[in-house]
Amino acid sequence: MTRSQSATLFALGLLLPATAYILAIVAYPLFDTIVLSFTNAALRPTYDFIGWANYERIFGAGNFTEVIVRTFIWTFFSVALKMIIGTCGAVLLNAAIPGRTIFRILTMPPWVVPMAIGIFMWGWMYNGQFGMISGLLQNFGILDRPFPFLAYGNSAFWATIVTDVWIGVPMVTIYLLAASQSIPKDLYEAAWTDGAGRFYRFRRITLPLMMPAMLTMSLLSLIATFNSFDIIWILTQGGPSGSTTTMIIDTYKTAIGSYRYGEGAARAVVICIFVSLFCIVYFRAVRNLSGGLAK
Amino acid sequence: MSENTVIAGRDALAGTSEAAVPTKAEAATKARPRSDRAMIDRYRWYELVGLYAGIALFLFFILAPFIEGFLVSLKPLSQLFSSPYSFLPRNGSFQAYFDMWRSVPALGMHIFNSFFLSSVITIIVIAIVVPAAYAFARFDFPGAGVLLAAFLAVNMFSGAVLLIPLFRLMRALGFLNTYWAMIVPGAAFLIPSSIWLLRTYLMRIPRELDEAAWVDGASRLYTLRRVILPLAMPGIVVISIMTFIGAYAQQFIFALTFNSKTEFMPLPVGLFGFFGRQEVLWNELMAASFVGILPVMIVIVFLQRYLVAGLTAGAVKQ
Repeated sequence: MTRSQSATLFALGLLLPATAYILAIVAYPLFDTIVLSFTNAALRPTYDFIGWANYERIFGAGNFTEVIVRTFIWTFFSVALKMIIGTCGAVLLNAAIPGRTIFRILTMPPWVVPMAIGIFMWGWMYNGQFGMISGLLQNFGILDRPFPFLAYGNSAFWATIVTDVWIGVPMVTIYLLAASQSIPKDLYEAAWTDGAGRFYRFRRITLPLMMPAMLTMSLLSLIATFNSFDIIWILTQGGPSGSTTTMIIDTYKTAIGSYRYGEGAARAVVICIFVSLFCIVYFRAVRNLSGGLAK
Repeated sequence: MSENTVIAGRDALAGTSEAAVPTKAEAATKARPRSDRAMIDRYRWYELVGLYAGIALFLFFILAPFIEGFLVSLKPLSQLFSSPYSFLPRNGSFQAYFDMWRSVPALGMHIFNSFFLSSVITIIVIAIVVPAAYAFARFDFPGAGVLLAAFLAVNMFSGAVLLIPLFRLMRALGFLNTYWAMIVPGAAFLIPSSIWLLRTYLMRIPRELDEAAWVDGASRLYTLRRVILPLAMPGIVVISIMTFIGAYAQQFIFALTFNSKTEFMPLPVGLFGFFGRQEVLWNELMAASFVGILPVMIVIVFLQRYLVAGLTAGAVKQ
């Protein structure tokens, strides 16, 4: 056995626990989802293969296409707002002003506290009678009576987006802040020596050099947002009358709520197909970004 | 060099090092008076006002739920449900922080469960991730790139999508309504990004050290244990903290679906049951939430530079 062969064996040995774990807990369930999607599995122990019936059913009748469109609108606005607010936050926190270390610490809580607990607090804020948003808007005279944000389709849709943005913004901010600080200071000094103003430096140095990081971050948020479950489930459980039911919520309600595992699996497979498409785009971006990383 | 991550993190956060360390450009333009160096960072008064106003608005958005949650926890229930709305509590008290232990008898248990689950998940993840990251960082075996990509692809799928088969798997293994139903899937989704982060960290340890150990006749396992692990300790600590916080923050869907026993519920799910009741004791719910938040708040105040380093290390640039 040559040295390189033994090295390969050793490396594979080191990888064995991780590979076995992911195969059992992620890869097998993924495979099982696809198998189940062709069955009529439900609560009872046995089930039969029924071909494409589940897919015909979800695409044929009901509101599945509506759910898909709603998921994309929800995801689009959430990611766009996260990126806009996160970029503004990174620019503001990057300024060399007193107090910035404490400001940076104060940005992190939504990201690191238990997600569900942050969402409980939003649940109270959206309360019409007693919550802060409705209350303050009344105090300022913008609303003339209490407005329960989670009780109406439109406002609940936007309320869940705002909460999702709130959870996502710290990560985007800290990540883009780190990216902007990895830009060599020499560039700014050279531009400054040539008389370039602050805005010009931002537009011609900061923005172009942060583009790869912004691209990666928007794809990562896209995937996280698309898969977002906790926020909607805690705030509205997909309601009122389905107006916040995204694909994940829809799958959960079908499978866990009504015990229609087969049909729920078919809905999950459609999610996986979309996620895989994002995945391909993501790996393209990562490869471009880390071209120099793996030598 | 084992301090790299830490130093990078401190700079990323404090951003002050450039003021102390002369850069190449500065050396080149030494002819300029020294004070010019700081001029690039000098703001006019209206720029300063704009910056602070912007930061105030940004932080208000971030912190509003915590401010509101804290004020609610101080208000007596009768005041919560009275109109008109008042932002500040009148004769507020910490009474809810005492009453909540009676309203939610299992509260202490829930807090313990949250910590216990996160700790076990962290131990499992670290035990699995350290050898895997070392393999990816050091060995150019065939298929390494594909395998690493396959691990990262796990990040694309959330637990929610795989919930049905995971439920069946947990049932088949007899894990339903035990701690394992929350630990086993919880750890799986934290493994891939930890491998990625630790791999980038290990790649900074010079290969010459491995080779020197090899020349001295050390076995590969001995090299990993006695040469690499001690040097990688700071990185492993960062990733352990990250994993713990990740495990602590994401306890919800598995605990909600795979466990129905109150004594095993972590805090978020325990409070969710409380949240769903007809008459929600909001002040106590918020008080209990703050007790659950407190540990992570302490962690970020003391360890934020490690956190930023860990969270951004793999991603931005090396």
